[in-house]
Amino acid sequence: MAEVRLTNVTKRFGRTTALDAVDLTVPDGAFVVLLGPTGAGKTTTLRLIAGLERPDAGTITVGGRDVSSETPAQRDVAMVFQQYSLYPHMSVRDNLAFPLRSPILRTPEDMIAAKVGQVAETLRIAHKLDNKATELSGGEMQRVSIGRALVRDPAIYLMDEPLSSLDAKLRSELRIELKRIHASLGATLLYVTHDQTEAMTMASHVGVLDEGRLVQVGTPREIYENPVSVTVAARLGLPRINTLPAGLFGTAPANAATIGLRPEHIAEGEGREASVVRVEHLGDQTRLHLRLDGHDIITLTDVHTPLRGGETIAIAPRAPLYFDADGRRIA
Amino acid sequence: MSAHSVTEPSARQKWIAGTLVILYALITMLPLVWIVATGFKTPQDAISYPPKVLFEPSLEGYVNLFTTRTRIAADDLAALPPPETWYEQIVRNRDMVIAGPSRYGERFMNSVIIGFGSTFLAVFLGTLAAYAFSRFRVPLKDDLLFFILSTRMMPPIAVAIPIFLMFRELGLSDTHLGMILLYTAVNISLAVWLLKGFIDEIPREYEEAALIDGYTRFQAFYKVVLPQAATGIASTAIFCLIFAWNEYAFAVLLTSGNAQTAPPFIPTIIGVGGQDWPAVAAGATLFLLPVMVFTILLRKHLLRGITFGAVRK
Repeated sequence: MAEVRLTNVTKRFGRTTALDAVDLTVPDGAFVVLLGPTGAGKTTTLRLIAGLERPDAGTITVGGRDVSSETPAQRDVAMVFQQYSLYPHMSVRDNLAFPLRSPILRTPEDMIAAKVGQVAETLRIAHKLDNKATELSGGEMQRVSIGRALVRDPAIYLMDEPLSSLDAKLRSELRIELKRIHASLGATLLYVTHDQTEAMTMASHVGVLDEGRLVQVGTPREIYENPVSVTVAARLGLPRINTLPAGLFGTAPANAATIGLRPEHIAEGEGREASVVRVEHLGDQTRLHLRLDGHDIITLTDVHTPLRGGETIAIAPRAPLYFDADGRRIA
Repeated sequence: MSAHSVTEPSARQKWIAGTLVILYALITMLPLVWIVATGFKTPQDAISYPPKVLFEPSLEGYVNLFTTRTRIAADDLAALPPPETWYEQIVRNRDMVIAGPSRYGERFMNSVIIGFGSTFLAVFLGTLAAYAFSRFRVPLKDDLLFFILSTRMMPPIAVAIPIFLMFRELGLSDTHLGMILLYTAVNISLAVWLLKGFIDEIPREYEEAALIDGYTRFQAFYKVVLPQAATGIASTAIFCLIFAWNEYAFAVLLTSGNAQTAPPFIPTIIGVGGQDWPAVAAGATLFLLPVMVFTILLRKHLLRGITFGAVRK
């Protein structure tokens, strides 16, 4: 395990800038989640660290060692791809053993067997070891793919949306599994996702990427409670943060263009009257769809609420977030 | 109904389609069946009119194919000790004795060496070139690919005279190496283009995974790409072999005593002791076998899409 550091890294593809002067440190033993919309540069960041792409500027170090001139094999990183994960012409066992048989590791076969068995046990694919890689379900394939990274003890595990194609149940199981693996191995992980639940539940640090820029790094709580911009604020929280004209509820700080209201920023029973458009009972939570001066607002309310569509409710901001015209946080 | 909708054909449509396919197969098979049958006829049956569909099979054609024979006087024939083998008997029945083996075996081996040698070379070089064109940023890539394709834009025989002169200068005339190089050169454009298509279909992620798993680019190529390109390599090899195996014009022009292949040799059988059609047919029948066996051996690669289902999309 080792610290991975990106300094001023820029990567262009033709005219588009995929990454723009990114500084990111993944501390030894950390579980860093990169969050951002499609095209923000998340996957590019992983590929640069893995050595599948070369940066146009900046340096990347792994454990203090500049890896610019090293091949992917020399960098000692493991990567789980989003798709095309398994070698289709090999059995599950051979897929898992493949990294251990590489000329760099050259592991003795009895150690390979032990390691593969152990990882297969952890990921609950031991009964599928002799299957062909093509004879697995999507979830099993992805577990084998994660297993192919876990058989190694690399400087860093890079994971590119490894759970995105799985069904909800398996996803939540593997989320817990990954967190457990991180804790027990003391592994360093850099994990890409656009799923905020994964970010909130697994990460020790979250980095938010937007259009190639790393806009904020912090603990999941910091990012959630103290976002630097509207875009960061919108990445975390369900239902999403409501962004409304700053003056909708009366006085706002100077320069404020937008007021950001998460459900916990909305006090019910005081302030301005909003009409209830719809009440959504989701079981563990109840969502209120409100309308105020032509603006839609979504918030949470008591699950036993007697409110119905067509009624009105008074709402007021409570410790809200304010942003300026460029989306920067000002209060 | 949209243009893309797929409906199950009716029983009537299936019946008509089936009949057409069987009819077409019969028509195309007929010459082949006739050649195989003629190989087992006696020379008299082979040229009888009306043609004989039912006949008493004979191995005379095959005996004549592999031997040279001399006619001897009836007195001398009677003086000989009785024939020791069944094929000597067949020859004696025609008032002849076996003078020695024919050159068919030798020509056949030439075909095998040149056909399979050039196929191996074309597929080997073609795979490497196709991989490079598919994966790397090659300067002037499109122009190079077009140039490679353009080598097939006229029939190869159109450049027969320059090649004849070049081969003479280089001492490649009537050599195995010369013919292997020639057929490789003709086949390589087909091989590069076909294989590039197959390799383009293999997602790069597999190689990237192998690179990260600790392998070099070349190791990733042969451990991960090659097995998945097996289907494409097999079909390309079949196409290349069929061309090299059947090629006639260059073989006539450039080979004679040493490296002559079977196609120019088979017609010369006719000249030995009258029009020996059964021997010619026997030669042609045997000549068909290797390509047939090769195709059947590789058929499972052609049919089996080994990457099918392994890729989540």
